[in-house]
Amino acid sequence: MSDEQAFSRKASAIDARVRRVELTISNLLRGGVLLSLGLIVVGTAVTFAQHPRYFSEKAELQQVITPGANFPHAIGELSVEIRQLRGEAIVTLGLLVLIATPVVRVAVSIFAFIYQGDRVFTLITAAVLGLLLLSLVLGRVE
Amino acid sequence: MTPLQFVLLVFSISLVAGALGSLLGLGGGIIVIPALTLLFHVDIRYAIGASIVSVIATSSGAAAAYVRDRLTNLRVAMVLELATTSGALTGAYLAGHLGGRWLFIIFGLVLGYSTLMMVRKLNEPDFVISNKPAPWADFLRLHSSYFDERLGHEVAYRVTSTRIGLGLMYVAGAISGLLGIGSGALKVPAMDLAMHMPMKVSTATSNFMIGVTAAASAGVYYVRGEIDPFIAGPVAVGVMLGAVGGSYVLPRLRGTTIRLVFVVVLMWISAEMFRKGFAG
Repeated sequence: MSDEQAFSRKASAIDARVRRVELTISNLLRGGVLLSLGLIVVGTAVTFAQHPRYFSEKAELQQVITPGANFPHAIGELSVEIRQLRGEAIVTLGLLVLIATPVVRVAVSIFAFIYQGDRVFTLITAAVLGLLLLSLVLGRVE
Repeated sequence: MTPLQFVLLVFSISLVAGALGSLLGLGGGIIVIPALTLLFHVDIRYAIGASIVSVIATSSGAAAAYVRDRLTNLRVAMVLELATTSGALTGAYLAGHLGGRWLFIIFGLVLGYSTLMMVRKLNEPDFVISNKPAPWADFLRLHSSYFDERLGHEVAYRVTSTRIGLGLMYVAGAISGLLGIGSGALKVPAMDLAMHMPMKVSTATSNFMIGVTAAASAGVYYVRGEIDPFIAGPVAVGVMLGAVGGSYVLPRLRGTTIRLVFVVVLMWISAEMFRKGFAG
C-alpha cells in the first residue's frame, strides 16, 4: 500500500468518525428539545390542576405575569419545588433543559475536534464553552 | 383575561410567530416581544426572557436537520461564536442597567434595520467566489463546500474578512443579549456580505449560532429571575411547533406577497415600539 492510499484510508476513517459524531449531535439536540417540550406541557397542565382559580379568575393573571411573580429561579429552590411536584418548577426545569441543549452541543463538538486532532479548534471550542458557563456565574454575581 | 385565556392566546401567537420566523429566517422573538408587551402589557424584561428561550427552541429544532445536511459550516460558527458569546454577555449585563424605554427604542431600531434587510432580500444577488487574500481563514481552514440541491452539484466557497466578521458578530451578540432576540438579521448579512459565504450556508450557520448566543444570555436572565415559566412556557412550545410546522407547510405557500405583507407589519411594529420608547 502506497503512502497516499494509507493516508486517504486514514482520512476517510476519520471522516466516518466525524460523521458519527455529527449524527450523535443531531439526535442529542432533537432529544433535548423533545424532553423540554414534554416537561413544559406537563408542567403547565400540573400548574392549572394545582390552581383551579387560573381557569376563571381574571385577577390571578397579574400575579403571575408582573415582576415579583413567585417562581423558582435558583437551582436549590428549584430542586426543592420539583420534589414537591410544583407545576411552575416542572415548566422551569423544561426551560432549563432547553437552554442547556446548545451548551451540551458545544461540549460534544470539543470531542469531535479532539478526534480530528485539531488543537486550534479544540481550544476555540473550549473557550466558547467557557464563555457559556461564565454567563451562569456572572448572572449570579449581580 | 384569565390565566387560561392568556396561556392559550400567547401559545397561538407564538405558533404564528414560529411559522413566519422559519419562513423568513428570523427568530420568533421579533414578533413575540411586541405581541407580549403591546397586546398583553407584559413587562418588557419578562417578554425578553421568554423570547430568548424561544430563540433556542427554534435554533435547536432546525439545527438538527441542517447539520445532517452539512449546510452549516461548524468551523466558521465556532470561531465567530467566540465573538457572539462575549457580545451576548456584554448585552445581557447592559440590559440590567438600561431602563425599559431604551430597550423599546433600541428594539425599534433593530426592527427597522431587519425590515430593510428583508426588502433587500426580495431580490437576492447571486453568490460570487471572492479572490481576496484571507490569511486568517486560511490558517483556521474555514473554506469549505456544500451540496446545493437546486443546482444539483457540490459548490466550493472561500471565506474572507474573518476579522471584520468577528467585529460584526460581537455587535450582533451584544444586541441579542440586550434584547433577547436571535439577531439572525444581523448575522446573516455579516457572513453573506462581509465574509462572502453563500446565502444558504450563511442562513444555516446563523441558525445554529443564534442558539448558542442565546444560551449565553439565557443563563444570565434565568439567574436574574427574568424567565417567568408562565410566559416563557407557552411561548417556547408555540414557537417550536410553529417553526416545525412552518418549515413543512410554508415553502408551498411561498410568494413575495407574504414577504411584502410581513414587511409592512414589521414597519408598523417598529413605529409602535419607538412611540412606546419615547412616550415612556
